[in-house]
Amino acid sequence: MSAMSSTEQPTGRRWRASLFIVTAVIALPILVIFASLLLPFSTAWQHLFETVLTDYVTNSLILMIGVGFGTLLLGVSAAWLTGMCDFPGRKILSWAFLLPMAMPAYIIAYTYTGILDFSGPIQNSLRGIFDWQYGDYYFPQVRSLSGAICMLSLVLYPYVYMLVRVAFIEQSTAVLEASRNLGKRPWETLFQVAIPMARPAIVAGVSLALMETLADYGTVAYFGVNAFTTGIFRTWYGLGDLTTAAQLCAFLMLFVFALILAERWSRQRLRFHHDSAQKKMARMQLKGWRAILALSIGILIVSLGFIIPAGQLALWAATRIQENLNANFLSLLFNSFALASLASLCCLIIAIFLAYTKRVFNSRIELGAVGVASLGYAVPGTVIAVGVLIPVAWLDNQIDFLSKAWFNYPTGLLLSGTIGILVFAYVIRFLSVALNTVDSGLTAIKPSIDESARSLGATPVRVLSRVHLPILRTSLLTALLLVFVEVLKELPTTLILRPFNFNTLAVRTYELASDERLIDAALPALAIVIIGLLPVLLITKSILNERSTNE
Amino acid sequence: MQRSTSLFHAIITTIAVSLLGIAPIESVFADEVNIYSARQESLIKPLLDRFTQKTGIEINMVTGKGDALLTRLKSEGMNSPADLLLTVDAGRLYRAQEAGVLQAVESLGLNNDIPSHLRSLDGQWYGLSVRARVLVYAKDRVQPSELSSYEALSDPTWKGRICIRSSSNIYNQSLVAGMIASQGMADTEIWLASFVSNFARPPAGGDRDQIKAVAAGQCDVAIVNSYYLGAMISSSDKTQQDAASKVALFWPNQKDRGTHINISGAGVTRAAKNIESAKQLISFLASNESQQWYADRNNEFPVRDTVQVSSTLDSWGPFKADTINVTELGRNNAEAIKAMDRAGWK
Repeated sequence: MSAMSSTEQPTGRRWRASLFIVTAVIALPILVIFASLLLPFSTAWQHLFETVLTDYVTNSLILMIGVGFGTLLLGVSAAWLTGMCDFPGRKILSWAFLLPMAMPAYIIAYTYTGILDFSGPIQNSLRGIFDWQYGDYYFPQVRSLSGAICMLSLVLYPYVYMLVRVAFIEQSTAVLEASRNLGKRPWETLFQVAIPMARPAIVAGVSLALMETLADYGTVAYFGVNAFTTGIFRTWYGLGDLTTAAQLCAFLMLFVFALILAERWSRQRLRFHHDSAQKKMARMQLKGWRAILALSIGILIVSLGFIIPAGQLALWAATRIQENLNANFLSLLFNSFALASLASLCCLIIAIFLAYTKRVFNSRIELGAVGVASLGYAVPGTVIAVGVLIPVAWLDNQIDFLSKAWFNYPTGLLLSGTIGILVFAYVIRFLSVALNTVDSGLTAIKPSIDESARSLGATPVRVLSRVHLPILRTSLLTALLLVFVEVLKELPTTLILRPFNFNTLAVRTYELASDERLIDAALPALAIVIIGLLPVLLITKSILNERSTNE
Repeated sequence: MQRSTSLFHAIITTIAVSLLGIAPIESVFADEVNIYSARQESLIKPLLDRFTQKTGIEINMVTGKGDALLTRLKSEGMNSPADLLLTVDAGRLYRAQEAGVLQAVESLGLNNDIPSHLRSLDGQWYGLSVRARVLVYAKDRVQPSELSSYEALSDPTWKGRICIRSSSNIYNQSLVAGMIASQGMADTEIWLASFVSNFARPPAGGDRDQIKAVAAGQCDVAIVNSYYLGAMISSSDKTQQDAASKVALFWPNQKDRGTHINISGAGVTRAAKNIESAKQLISFLASNESQQWYADRNNEFPVRDTVQVSSTLDSWGPFKADTINVTELGRNNAEAIKAMDRAGWK
């Protein structure tokens, strides 16, 4: 460490230079997509304007608003119940609320369709019992826009829950107790104090959920909802027009960028710090019907988001366990686990670097750089994959060309078709998940802590490693977990960029499910869910431990 | 602190170990074929294993969506490791041909085995199995005599009785592309407008879902690929079998152009390093043995008549297939989508 301590200026310059290199590399694929805007706009645009574009935009906006409210409602309720209240079953619920995170949206969509569709068991038995025919009764259509909103909200609310819960728990006792001492009721404290103070966490959580929503393809495609992503793929696959598809995607990213900037700008002048060294507040004890209500709400959310779909998957998987559980399956398991570990660690390291740089320098340039680096999350995986594929393959071919010319030695494709390019793509796609989490954790630490440490002569790196990282332990683990689970579930990027003979659980699940072989798909799907649970449990343990040391 | 440090150590160790495990192993086999396959692994792997067993030629494969693989092939250029592109529709083969990533391979055997309307005329790609887009109707509510052709489904008598999946699906795009090729754009547009207004519900789900909806009474007729019905008939899942038993298959357009068909097929890439082995593989996939396997296992039709089909396929009887060159499906694909967009087919 002491080797790092030089004078302020060169460290700062080196730091900034590395920031720009990292951002540039990460932004490259995104820039490739933006560059498509410089190409001429084809006649496909006129067709889109005249026919389906309005549909795409409207549906995506409705989807966003719906999922925004859904995740906010579920996530904040769950966080308030387990973070601030106490009732029988709270401890179990506090980790059970995270379970739906392990459930990929497209899988929950397949499962609920299997259960609730017109030709599914529930409607079939209703018709059997009451001797109804089609049209004799009303039953909500699963495969619809509102169905998609429900599915996405159910699996995405844990992002809000996780971040907001940490924020609630870390909120200073003084503020909340002051609120109570001033005679405010618990609800008033929630809406007037706790929620406004947790705003960075809420915004980070909801924006993750929204970006994921905008990038979702599997669910909307299966439900036949014409959203913006289905439009991108239709333009690419159907019209065979990759340029127009990339241009559509560039507009999607501009929209997301505008949202990010608007949000940053709106809270520019606000401060959300608190003194995290203070003792945590005692929980509100819920008794009687309140406790029952709290527990019921919790059980309902967890059942809908996890127990019912996972149970259905387990039932399906059990019927084929003999045929499907073999060496091949174990290699899928291993590949998925290894890829997810590698990618999540890479993401975390880069996220710490970016978030901390932003904190130390905090000028517009750094903010912009960090903003650009986190754009990838809203971009459909396939588009990221193309954005990665084109420049990397180009670079590979240039290297091969030069090597042949200078050394008469063909290098072939060095990076394309390796695990490396895959991890690179994951980092671009999921960096924002890690970054948002680390960033919202860092924001909660008072700048005065940095100032006192720096005034004692510590370098920024030393402040980071000795002061911030230990305080941020929970946030870091959370970030690691989020990316891990994301990569485990990730499909389209893996599909395009993976090496020969390399399969993952998500790839296998998708292949079987897309062939409408849901029952065979259940085993790998269930495995994704179960592996996804391991880190969930790990993190919860650490969160709970932290609580008990503080209590 | 101690806890998190050891946790990080554990994670880093896991990653280091995993990296060793997943580091791509450079293939050491001189004889190999590298495939980019839009056909799913489980639907082709047993055949490829058989090929390796017979010839000693190793197969390496990446599966994915046709257009994504095509993009990968294009950007990798002449350094692409892929020798063979496998797709599950003619449109993508046509697109690959247009993009110049395939090369012509001459094979007298293949030209004899595969009818000319199921391959590119200059030998850039060859059809390897045939899938037919058929009508499936509810036995208790529809008489086969009421059915005739795709075109006739635009009649108002079918109002609210038709199920079909989204127009994003390639097989629907090909169906409309085929219609544009045979009837012209103007007639196709007129047909589309009435046909779409006959839908029982907004399109969603896959082909099996449409069959299930017919069985459950949500609609009376569905347009699906024949192998989905075959798979449901031979499914080990009771509910699928039950659904399949309530419906029957109808071959449309037998009195005129024939039932719309598409192909799965393969082409040797321009960057191929193992051209001879790749050719050998195509010939193997077109052989009697493989064609029989497609029919038995996937319920797809062989590309040639000499092959004995499975009992399921046999039970549907012989049919007249549209003999338009499948290249036309690829050529008209974009126009088909635009027409479907204009007609409001979701």
